[in-house]
Amino acid sequence: MKPKRFGGADFWSGLALAALAGYIIVQASGWDYMGPDGPGAGFFPLWYGVAMAGLSAALVISSVLRGEGERVDWRGAGRAFALWFALAVSVAAFKLVGFVVGFAALSFFVVAVMYRRRLPVAAAVAVALAGGFYLLFPVLLGVNLP
Amino acid sequence: MQGFAVALQPANLLWCFVGVVLGTVVGILPGLGPPATIAMLLPLTFLMNPAAAMIMLAGIYYGAKYGGSTTSILLNVPGESASVVTCLDGYAMARKGRAGAALGIAAIASFIAGTVGVLGLMLVAPPLAKVALAFSAPEYFALMALGLAMVVLLAGRSMLKALLAMLVGLWLAGIGTDPFSTTSRFTFGHLELLSGIDFVVVAIGLFALGEVLASMEGRAEAQSLPVPKGLRNLLPTLQDLKDCRFAFLNGSVLGFLIGVLPGAGSTIASFISYGVEKAVSRRPQEFGKGVAEGVAAPEGANNSETGGALVPLLTLGIPGSGTTAVLLAALVLWGFKPGPLFISENSALFWGLVASMYIGNIMLLVLNLPLVPLFAQVLRTPGFVLYPAILGISIVGVYSVSGSLFDVALLVAFGLLGYLMRKLDYPAAPLVLGLVLGGGMERALRQSLMMSQGDLSILATRPISAVMLSFALLILLIPLFNKLNAWRLQALE
Repeated sequence: MKPKRFGGADFWSGLALAALAGYIIVQASGWDYMGPDGPGAGFFPLWYGVAMAGLSAALVISSVLRGEGERVDWRGAGRAFALWFALAVSVAAFKLVGFVVGFAALSFFVVAVMYRRRLPVAAAVAVALAGGFYLLFPVLLGVNLP
Repeated sequence: MQGFAVALQPANLLWCFVGVVLGTVVGILPGLGPPATIAMLLPLTFLMNPAAAMIMLAGIYYGAKYGGSTTSILLNVPGESASVVTCLDGYAMARKGRAGAALGIAAIASFIAGTVGVLGLMLVAPPLAKVALAFSAPEYFALMALGLAMVVLLAGRSMLKALLAMLVGLWLAGIGTDPFSTTSRFTFGHLELLSGIDFVVVAIGLFALGEVLASMEGRAEAQSLPVPKGLRNLLPTLQDLKDCRFAFLNGSVLGFLIGVLPGAGSTIASFISYGVEKAVSRRPQEFGKGVAEGVAAPEGANNSETGGALVPLLTLGIPGSGTTAVLLAALVLWGFKPGPLFISENSALFWGLVASMYIGNIMLLVLNLPLVPLFAQVLRTPGFVLYPAILGISIVGVYSVSGSLFDVALLVAFGLLGYLMRKLDYPAAPLVLGLVLGGGMERALRQSLMMSQGDLSILATRPISAVMLSFALLILLIPLFNKLNAWRLQALE
């Protein structure tokens, strides 16, 4: 008999959603379910929270019963997370250095690190993109940048 | 004829052209959909005569809708909420090297549906307006439920995951201040969340940023999208047009009818149209992988909704959507009173508007169809330039909606969520569907229960809502029947 395996993607994502469902139900229970004027703030969240709890439990159970199931290919995910982290840092830096500088730095990172282009090319692309955004949005279209 | 005489005046033709161009350019920016575009450009019209101004605004409206589709297809960046569905098959077609064909289908579907919308406005505006008045909270709830039932058709491989994604969308829609009791819900103590999470933030995060992150996984050189080669991929083929003939009709009619309902909006029209098209298709398993009908139906619905939304505005003075609310403001500013007497008292303006919408539609096709191969060349842009540009456009688009860095931070968070959903095989479209419909659905349900003093049977005893809820239930149960049937056949073997 094929050994049952815990820890697949469906198992963990199901657990995470079950936790979210639990949070929703607990919060909704603290609000009015039904008031004198009709359903309260807790009415709708309670119902979809219960539905989410049931379906996430079904997902967890089905992943356990299925056994190993399909594996998620996490190769290359490191590069995606690296870009995401760089994006998060540059957005956080907008308040200090503004969009143009922050975005130029992000673009430089993408070109130089993710695409492994030479530094002068990365610098040129970063300056061109940031400059282009500045010209197009605040100057031509009157749309403010962060 | 009077209307065409007004609309075909050289000055008005020029304003229509200007409107179409401006609308397309601004509509390409995510977050700046038709309502924001028209609101931004409204001050330009104060120095014009009302007929010319309305004509230009009609051009802007169509242009903005088409601009939103362009980024959906080429970059997987939805320009506005109604363009999200176009991302599903439009971007998939682009990934197959058929971006030009997708853009062409979008332009043609928009033209056909826009024409149907204008004809509908001309011919059936007053009687349809009476039907729209029959819609109350229970009917709106049933319509939203019907829209949510479409999740079945957006499910992909796992119905369970699609339903869970939809429920997460409902939760996101509930974040903010409860409109009935002013209770703050799921705000985690952040003041910025009191007004809820904007749809644009979620959609761009899940689709655009998620796609960019996913594209970073492999070797960089392999990740650029194929540039369309050959006429077959630069423009739609005759086979594409033949495959889309029902989709053109479906999108046109459904979009117009749903657009007539105040508050229903082009988003629900595009989702329902897509769902219906997939349901009746001979190749439903191909939807989401790049089929022309998957672009034609929602794009058609998106555009014919324009004509439908003008029905309650011009006949009852009730704006049917955000854009028509801005148009109402414009009409009032110019001294007009949209309502039951508008058409008879301002026939020149009304028919001039109808004619200009038709001309704007033609201009959109004439302007954009030849530009399709040019737009498709955007894909020649090297990945190391294109992907940072997409990130920049996404950030600016989100910031332009609310002016809040908090929303940009949320965008980044939803980008990570979009990436993880791809890795774990959770479809994003049901989440977006839940987010778009959740707020309206809750409001309609609570209003219905207030009307009936808490009695749920109000939803079943009103004929229109009963019929729509029955359809919704049928749509939800059909996959179950199919599965039971398949098991039964397997057991017999």
